[in-house]
Amino acid sequence: MRSWVFFLICVALAAGVFGCARLIGNDYAFFAGYVVLQFIVLAQAWNILGGYTGYVNFGSAAFFALGAYTSVFFHKFHPLPIPLLMLLGGTVSGLAGLGMGYLALRLRGAFFAIATLALAVVLQTLMVNWSYVGGARGAYVIRPESVWLIGNYVHYLFLLMLALAVLAITTARTIERSRLGYGFATIRDDELAAEACGVPTLRLKLIATTLSGAFMGMAGAPFPYYIGYVQPAAAFGLDYAVNAIAMPMIGGTTTWIGPLVGAILVASLQQWATVTISSELGLLVVGLLLVGFVIVAPSGIVGLVQKHFSAGASAASLGRKAKPADTP
Amino acid sequence: MTGPLLQVAGLGKRFGGFVALDGIDLTVASGERIGLIGPNGSGKSTLVNCICGTLANDSGTVSFDGKVIDRLKTHERTRRGIARSFQLPRPFATLTVAENLLVPLLYTVNARPGNNLSAAAIEARGADLLQLVGLADKAAQRPRDLTQVEMRKLELARAMAAEPQLLIADESMAGLSQVEVADIVTLLIKLNERGVTIILIEHIMRAVMRFSQRLVVLVSGTKIADGAPADVIRDPDVERAYLGQ
Amino acid sequence: MDLLLNALVAGVLLGGFYAAVTIGVSISFGILDIVNIAHPAFIILGSYIAYILNTRLGIDPIVASVIMLPAFYALGGLVYQIYHAAFERYGQESLRGLAFFFGLLFITEVVLILAFGVDYRYVEAPYIGPSLHLGVVDLPLRMLVPCLVSLAVFIALQIFLSGTFIGRAIMAVAQDQLALQLMACSPTRIKRIAFGISIATASIAGALLVVIQPVEPSIGREYIGRVFAICVLGGLGSLPGTLIGAMLVGIVESLTSTFYGPSWAPAVAFGFLLMTLALRPAGLLGR
Repeated sequence: MRSWVFFLICVALAAGVFGCARLIGNDYAFFAGYVVLQFIVLAQAWNILGGYTGYVNFGSAAFFALGAYTSVFFHKFHPLPIPLLMLLGGTVSGLAGLGMGYLALRLRGAFFAIATLALAVVLQTLMVNWSYVGGARGAYVIRPESVWLIGNYVHYLFLLMLALAVLAITTARTIERSRLGYGFATIRDDELAAEACGVPTLRLKLIATTLSGAFMGMAGAPFPYYIGYVQPAAAFGLDYAVNAIAMPMIGGTTTWIGPLVGAILVASLQQWATVTISSELGLLVVGLLLVGFVIVAPSGIVGLVQKHFSAGASAASLGRKAKPADTP
Repeated sequence: MTGPLLQVAGLGKRFGGFVALDGIDLTVASGERIGLIGPNGSGKSTLVNCICGTLANDSGTVSFDGKVIDRLKTHERTRRGIARSFQLPRPFATLTVAENLLVPLLYTVNARPGNNLSAAAIEARGADLLQLVGLADKAAQRPRDLTQVEMRKLELARAMAAEPQLLIADESMAGLSQVEVADIVTLLIKLNERGVTIILIEHIMRAVMRFSQRLVVLVSGTKIADGAPADVIRDPDVERAYLGQ
Repeated sequence: MDLLLNALVAGVLLGGFYAAVTIGVSISFGILDIVNIAHPAFIILGSYIAYILNTRLGIDPIVASVIMLPAFYALGGLVYQIYHAAFERYGQESLRGLAFFFGLLFITEVVLILAFGVDYRYVEAPYIGPSLHLGVVDLPLRMLVPCLVSLAVFIALQIFLSGTFIGRAIMAVAQDQLALQLMACSPTRIKRIAFGISIATASIAGALLVVIQPVEPSIGREYIGRVFAICVLGGLGSLPGTLIGAMLVGIVESLTSTFYGPSWAPAVAFGFLLMTLALRPAGLLGR
């Protein structure tokens, strides 16, 4: 299916979702839905780098928080409409992604992951020490009462995040099927061989970190208006990093479907746990699911489904499969 | 084109205290068929890695087509026309056999100035190559479903897909039967007749002797012989160092 | 000048402590090539266990951690078995192994929050409070004692690794597993022992931590970067190098804290790490 056709279908579905939510009328649906959509974006963004190229980013929270703090900065400096803030947050985080890539991408997988964590802490320390945006005490952002045409401000935020989710999903899918997607896959499979085949690995990895960072920043930009109070400990919290990793790994990292499924499942689970028992328990469940899936089902839910459906097909092809001849 | 295709001058590489390559000089003219032999650990793969940019040489220079390429990254050297196959095959595991060949076509051939192949043209070239190496019926399979032999063929095909001027084949024939070895040698000779300069690194002497117009012998990081195959194998130093073993 | 001198001394003491924190990772990452980023979580676990034994039974925290050594050793062995069975055997350590340890780190932190809440916990011991005064220099005993204990652990481990058969086998397993197998040693068993020791050191490091400062569950995160920064700075797998690296980081952090404010301290180690990784990639990429 062509990319623009897919995009239109997504837009239509999104419009449907928004319409249904308005019909239900329950504000909680919008609050919880916003969180789920936000995580869909974060999971897709993480997966562009982590799933497609195989470079694990532990510092996802930093890019998300940078987007949030960009909004806080402008809120104090000169308030701007949220779509514009999203663009700005995306740009800032995209640049941060580029910078991180430049610093860290020459490193072997494990070192890269640790470097991303290091960067997140450095950025957090910077924010903690920057009193203009509230420093350690945090910053309050008052949400406007209503907005033109849509009315309820939270509905507006929900709609924006919905649009961003559609954009993220479409981008991920388009990349996957493009020349860029092949390049990413070769980096993941064997970087040395990729270079030997003419793939400019560093350049592609930088594209991945920039895109990934930009989407995370865009997801973070409306956050201050959603939550009302931003402080470094929460914005840079480990739970964003863990969720950003857990959702694609649980859903499946090789396609755009994985992060979508993983995000919806895990975010909903967490929301349910938060409401019924406690948010800590929700986090515990995420952690356990991550460890469980990584050990037992590394290809995620998508992988499990694929295996289930191809079990019949591969049995038939076993006869044609050549056996290793003279293995030395 | 005047001058040699590949010129390696005084190439040196050390790993900590260990000297892997010690002042290697090698000149390869366009169209040559060179055999590179030597005992295990003599530095053959290190030499290939330095020529291709996978490793950075500590001293000396590598020139290709008249230009010094020391500072170029591997993918840039591939785009300039140097392709190599790996000693232990390194296929892209999550791509199909056909897609493995697409990668160099997309990223090397299509990246060269003046080239702008359509998707159909690229697929056609990939299919031709698969046909050439005998993997056409495995096009939709994953590398893990291939036999050892087929993986080596894929490795070679992938290097050929980059449409290089210089192809370095690193021990592509280990573990193959006599017939298969002969097939690959024929394939390489055919490729050479189309204009591709080839450096063959091998232990199978039969194949090396049949293939090479010139034989280079590497022992412990130094070149101890470089000339006509018949002369080189009678060289007493070569016999002592390598063939006698 | 007094301030500078005190900051330097505090830095050295801090560095000594950091060495104890890092030595576990020197073993698991430097020698075994296992990226255990959950190590700080085990340390915090050690802190809380020392805290419980101290407040409930009145046992000195450091003594408590020594009592707990076998338990932590066993825990390390168990974690390694899971890691080996799930990842190492298939050669897919990178992404999945990292995610596994990251998950462990996270789970430990959340479980501690659930069990103890987010309040700071501290221990009581006779050496927490008083300081030695040498001229203008203050030596708080709560920093000096951990530093000395840490050095003792270091020396003990160094003797173990170079002097005993198993110790040398551990050093060997990093370099040549085949040779080890030919010597009728199972590399897996050796690695399990080594990883067990690595986690056992976390028990002691945890006790030292809670002596130096009150703890709460999320403190572990600050230490992830510190630990790997020191490990990398000191040269992976080199114990003396780890000590030097720890001292360096401790001193710079102390100076930063004194002259720029403590809120900048976390960035120091991480900044170190980024710089080291950026400037010395050639030496690290080969591994």
